[in-house]
Amino acid sequence: MDHRLHFHEVLPARKWQRKSDLGSFEYTYKAEITSIYKLTGYENLYRIRLVDDDDRKHFSFRPGQFIMLEAPGVGEAPFSISSSPSNHEDIELCIRTVGNLTAFLSRASRGMRVGVRGPFGTSFPMERMHGGHILLIAGGLGLAPLRSPIAHVQEHRSKFNHVDIVYGTRDPSRLLFKFQYEMWKKDDINLHIILEKADPTWAGPVGMITKVLEEIIAKRDASFIHNTYAIVCGPPVMFKFVCGMLSENGIPMQKMFVSLERRMHCGMGKCCRCNVGSTYTCLSGPVFDYWTVMNLKEAI
Amino acid sequence: MIFRVLDKKALREFFDLLAAENTVVGPVETGIDRKGEPLYQFEQVSDFEKLRLDYSTTKLPAKRYFLPYREKLATFKFEDHDWQKTVDFNIDRPYVFFGLHACDINALNRLDKVLLGNNYPMPYYAAKRINMFIIGVNCRPRPFCFCRSMAADSVTHGFDLFLTDIGDRYFVEIMSATAFNFLKTVRTSEPDENDHVRYMKAVAEKNKLFTARVDTSDLTKILDMEFQSPVWKQWGDKCLGCGTCANVCPTCYCYGVEETVRVDLKTADKNKTLYSCNVIDFAEVGGGHNFRPERSTRLKYRYYHKHRGFVEAFEESLCVGCGRCGEACLAGITVPEVIASVRGEEQ
Repeated sequence: MDHRLHFHEVLPARKWQRKSDLGSFEYTYKAEITSIYKLTGYENLYRIRLVDDDDRKHFSFRPGQFIMLEAPGVGEAPFSISSSPSNHEDIELCIRTVGNLTAFLSRASRGMRVGVRGPFGTSFPMERMHGGHILLIAGGLGLAPLRSPIAHVQEHRSKFNHVDIVYGTRDPSRLLFKFQYEMWKKDDINLHIILEKADPTWAGPVGMITKVLEEIIAKRDASFIHNTYAIVCGPPVMFKFVCGMLSENGIPMQKMFVSLERRMHCGMGKCCRCNVGSTYTCLSGPVFDYWTVMNLKEAI
Repeated sequence: MIFRVLDKKALREFFDLLAAENTVVGPVETGIDRKGEPLYQFEQVSDFEKLRLDYSTTKLPAKRYFLPYREKLATFKFEDHDWQKTVDFNIDRPYVFFGLHACDINALNRLDKVLLGNNYPMPYYAAKRINMFIIGVNCRPRPFCFCRSMAADSVTHGFDLFLTDIGDRYFVEIMSATAFNFLKTVRTSEPDENDHVRYMKAVAEKNKLFTARVDTSDLTKILDMEFQSPVWKQWGDKCLGCGTCANVCPTCYCYGVEETVRVDLKTADKNKTLYSCNVIDFAEVGGGHNFRPERSTRLKYRYYHKHRGFVEAFEESLCVGCGRCGEACLAGITVPEVIASVRGEEQ
């Protein structure tokens, strides 16, 4: 009687590239940086393109989702996608230079090959918002993940009612996507910008983002507000003030969506680095409705 | 379930048959601690004399065989401004685990839920998990064991054989067909009425030995209510943030990934290292914002993950009550004490 145990291949090594469940764990799309556009002194807009034609055809995402971008040998980090979901040619990522990987990317040149895993996470339920008014609220770099839903709104403008973008940032030198402002306005999207600190070039409002929001809400009646969907993204402190204020003013909790930022090492609900309380931001988020976030301890 | 009784001498025969053709991992004595008690470790073992099935517990779980502390996820090869990625699941043979306690088998079952479940099963773990042949063995609870409170003192699946010492013989539960076939070559017999009685007596005696306990009734709700409780601050002040608890935990699976370029500048490795949520930079993001900068919030998070989040997701706690973390903690923090204090009970 043989007492040798059989060795089972969970997935034959040569087939790991197949997009099976197990193979997808470390499946990396190869992508090429096609352009780097300097948005401000801190942020760049990277345009990347999947190298393989088939991959490019099949890669699709929804507004609000993120990818894991990998520079082999340097590291891997999550970045929300800043481009339109209908653009199947290029993926755009707005990245601030803050750490190892982002510093490396800021020194990269066109043609460099990076790895992409994903897309991961939940997305903004744009279809559910059809017919409603939309309030997109961004603080600082929070505009990066909002550019994707904004693009969706532009492409399906007739399906949405009033659309407002409220964008607050530190000073004029920090304004992101300046080249888009006119296009947004042309598509009948109201853009409100408020800065914490003005300089001589700035003639617009100065103050906290809640100030603009109060003005917008004051002009609208209860039924208008009740039919408004809010999408909020910004630094951790902003969520509490903005969502609390909107909620008090009558926007239903389940119509408010936030996109959270956390540290991530896998994007697939394994490494636990992104846990809020005990919910995975990468699986149940990054987009949560405000009701869910309220029920998550320490989320905002 | 099919039951057999196995002579103690026949177990040695069975071990030799398995060890002759497979790699066997089991508890062995590796030294004496400062109190004069033996230290046990899960090591590769080929000599039945070295295997200590009567071991109390091990300082470290068997985790390193299925969730290694450091593991290579992928390698990159650079050439001509391009790179190729290769993935290896880092396993080349099946392993026999000879002598795991119920808590450690339960730990595997609970890890399966998160690491093999959802949309993204983890192939590195899966490859090791399906190549395990597990022989469980009953234990004598130590004063710090609270597995009974965590419903992990007995195990119903996730093993091949389970042995219970009933005096001069082992009462054997056979779970898999492989185990049944393997056992054909050694002499076993049908358990008689007497064996049943002795088995039940052994179980009753084991149950009498439990001293530590954790009240888990309504714990998910209570943890939610007591989120702002001052006890977290007190435990946080004691905690050193060293991560030892995660190191010795059979179910801690959190990790970090790092990439390093090798000195030849032509290859790079992507390595995964098990991490601990008590370590300061666990939730720090690029730009320096730390979502859990205080030791108290990190310690609290550990309890929330084990005793609340996992229960909500999978109907059972991620903690199996093996008590290793409390024994290893440099600050003397134990799970039963922390939970009792959250519940407002005096210890």
